[in-house]
Amino acid sequence: MSMPYGYVSPEQLMKDRADYARKGIARGRSVVVIQYPGGILFVAETPSRSLHKISEIYDRIAFAAVGKYNEFENLRVAGVRLADLRGYSFDRADVTGRGLANVYAQTLGTIFTQEPKPYEVEIVVAEVGRTVADDEIYRLTYDGSVAQETGFAVMGGSAEQIHRYVADHYTAEMSLPAALRLAVDAVGRDNGGGEPRQLTAESLEVAILDRDRPRRRFRRVTTPELDDLLAASSDAAPST
Amino acid sequence: MSLPGDARGGLPRAFLTPGTSSFSDFLGQQAPDLLPGRRSLPGSELSERAPHGTTVVATTYPEGVVMAGDRRSTMGNIIAQRDVEKVFPADEYSCIGIAGVAGVAVELVRLFQLELEHYEKIEGMVLSLDGKANRLSHMIRGNLAMAMQGLAVLPLFAGFDLEQGRGRIFSYDVTGGRSEEHTYYSVGSGSLFARGALKKLYRDDHNQAQATTVCIESLYDAADDDSATGGPDLSRRIFPMVALVDVHGYRRLAEDDVAEVVESVVAARQERPDGPQAPLN
Repeated sequence: MSMPYGYVSPEQLMKDRADYARKGIARGRSVVVIQYPGGILFVAETPSRSLHKISEIYDRIAFAAVGKYNEFENLRVAGVRLADLRGYSFDRADVTGRGLANVYAQTLGTIFTQEPKPYEVEIVVAEVGRTVADDEIYRLTYDGSVAQETGFAVMGGSAEQIHRYVADHYTAEMSLPAALRLAVDAVGRDNGGGEPRQLTAESLEVAILDRDRPRRRFRRVTTPELDDLLAASSDAAPST
Repeated sequence: MSLPGDARGGLPRAFLTPGTSSFSDFLGQQAPDLLPGRRSLPGSELSERAPHGTTVVATTYPEGVVMAGDRRSTMGNIIAQRDVEKVFPADEYSCIGIAGVAGVAVELVRLFQLELEHYEKIEGMVLSLDGKANRLSHMIRGNLAMAMQGLAVLPLFAGFDLEQGRGRIFSYDVTGGRSEEHTYYSVGSGSLFARGALKKLYRDDHNQAQATTVCIESLYDAADDDSATGGPDLSRRIFPMVALVDVHGYRRLAEDDVAEVVESVVAARQERPDGPQAPLN
């Protein structure tokens, strides 16, 4: 049977879109999210002081993304709007990471299938709980798939290689300096197979969801605190 | 309550569009019935049927600003509540006190707090103090229709201006018109009496403790002459609510610290019921 000229099977269409999105995401730098007893740590390599990959969404919820900046910015703003609207209509306690992750999954899925071009983004929505057991980390990909991660999550760049590195060295009882050192070393390995790089505070964006803060748990970690933490961690743990 | 959504599922397009960083503008587009001022009401005078306050005072001092409010809310001649809080933190460096209909006022404060936080999250930086004062103007303006039916709300807004390094006070009228007050101000049913006291007691070189005492004295005088303003309730230990904003941010004065000031003011009034005597020159 002859096919009409220009016909592409749905499988091929979806595969092309998925490849397109994956390539876009792999081009950028990676982001590492690590759970530690005091909260959840986010580390990204960033060329810019002001274009953030990691942001606050709500009291206990943070957002991190890799990929195309304007696309994940749209998602970030939409998430803040949705969270504030829900919190205002109901109560602050009714805004959850899970609820947000669900809406993001629907949105990304719809964009993947119906928009002319999929979003080249991968995002993490994390919620810090009262205890470590209540923490939640969701990783969403360009087509709306959701994965709930425990302990840590890695996105972007050479994600598989970095994921292996973190998995080999991660323990649940790491202090903040140790978790920071692990994340920075992991992000430094995103070098297309070359030598691991030693990243300094100038090229890092670091933030935490601090379990012990009163209401808004999200806090950026900048110099001089970041320099002190990096110095403390390199004294404590040897890096391999 | 169902959120607005496209038939296709997920976040509506409007959520994903860059545009306003103002939460109340966004609310006006997406869910206008949630805005405090937008409800249409039967055209009758409602003020008698809704709880009212109050007196709220604010004074500047060299390091910042103090704001204090009484605790009573009335419905006509009935005391509706004895321990209402009328002073709230708007954000880390500012506070807002409200006079008028309690229900609408509290809702307005809640929306204003969210407005400031929303802007900060979207933009990644805090609004200037003038910007915050201006946003509040818009909100009060939006409530004008309800105000004309007797459900008026009047705020007193104060904060520490990090650029200028000083405390600043802003007053509003019912149309949202804003004016900066450089020394002290008061709003509410007892404000005229409070302002008379503030006029005689205020000094621009007071420290924080003295500025607090001035506020408590003026609230006492307001309660003395206005039945809708509550004086300190010593038996129930319900005292005026006092908040400070300085370079370290907003802080509510602890109950025990307020109690100490109130008890010394009340003790002095046993000697001289009309309060501290102002010298003639």
